[in-house]
Amino acid sequence: MQTMQTEQFQERQLDVNGWQVRLTSYRIGDKYVCQADNVSPGACLARFSGATLEEAESQALSKAKHLLGKTHRRAV
Amino acid sequence: MAQYAHPEVLVETDWLAGKLGDPSIRTVEVDVDTAAYDLGHIPGAIAWAWNTQLCDTVRRDILPKAELEALLSKAGVTPQTTIILYGDSNNWFAAWAFWQLKIYGHKDVRLLNGGRKKWLAEGRELTQDVPSYAASQYRAQEPDLSIRAFLPQVQEAVRNHSASLIDVRSPQEFTGEILAPPGLPETCQRGGHIPGARNVPWGKACNEDGTFKSFDELKALYGAEGVDAARQTIAYCRIGERSSHTWFVLKYLLGLPDVVNYDGSWTEWGNLVGAPVERGAAKSIGA
Repeated sequence: MQTMQTEQFQERQLDVNGWQVRLTSYRIGDKYVCQADNVSPGACLARFSGATLEEAESQALSKAKHLLGKTHRRAV
Repeated sequence: MAQYAHPEVLVETDWLAGKLGDPSIRTVEVDVDTAAYDLGHIPGAIAWAWNTQLCDTVRRDILPKAELEALLSKAGVTPQTTIILYGDSNNWFAAWAFWQLKIYGHKDVRLLNGGRKKWLAEGRELTQDVPSYAASQYRAQEPDLSIRAFLPQVQEAVRNHSASLIDVRSPQEFTGEILAPPGLPETCQRGGHIPGARNVPWGKACNEDGTFKSFDELKALYGAEGVDAARQTIAYCRIGERSSHTWFVLKYLLGLPDVVNYDGSWTEWGNLVGAPVERGAAKSIGA
């Protein structure tokens, strides 16, 4: 069985058009993985892998922005 | 500091790392799909996808008994197997699988404390190799529905104030500001919450590293919202997976005797014609 270890595990949180998004990134083997979730409640919105951290984060963030753009706030 | 009521249902990453390859254990990564598993998973772990393998895919329901038996048989699980569940989102979907395995009577099911996130953060071994196990002939028990709430039971609880209702969704879902978690499809016609429910988002039960908070912290958290052992607690969310996480916390970590997961949750209640709905923040206890 071929095994690998994750490296450079990191999390950061940012505001995307009023929504909190958490990017969780790590390196596994020769690629980087980034997952975007919506913090509250924490549902995964996007997950991408790429040759660089920037590429993986950019794609995950782009999809998260697209999905969050469809969310409607209502007056309560 | 007090101990969890049932500490045997949790395993730590160190423990699992020392048990890799143990034939008496079957480790399962559970998520909404297998995308994360495919990128790398705990050696020896198999994958279960919530959307295709842990629900009835025709009618809205949990897995029928025969399908659960087929799933466990394919995984080589016997009634004596220790099943270790873990996944993303601090074990959301792993908790759903735990709840369902308990409905069908599997004795030894445990969650990996901290889930996939903690395993990754600790830089532990992963693989992309998919294991195969010799199939078994698993026979499940008849479903124990005492840990599952159906709509009539919840309606009665609302009428009679006979149970503590805990809505584990985000505050914005609870108030009705949004109809689904940000970025996810709206699955209901109305926003708000079941009258009388208290809002304790599922994630409040977890630490930053994904592990569960201590017994004392959990007791204080839920106790402040009126949850106690004297009456039934009904947990719900949108589709029943976040609430299975809270159900696990209340039943196994705090040891409450009567906790049920209302898996119909807001996608059922928020689409019912004529169902009472409260919007805005929860009323104070006793109001």
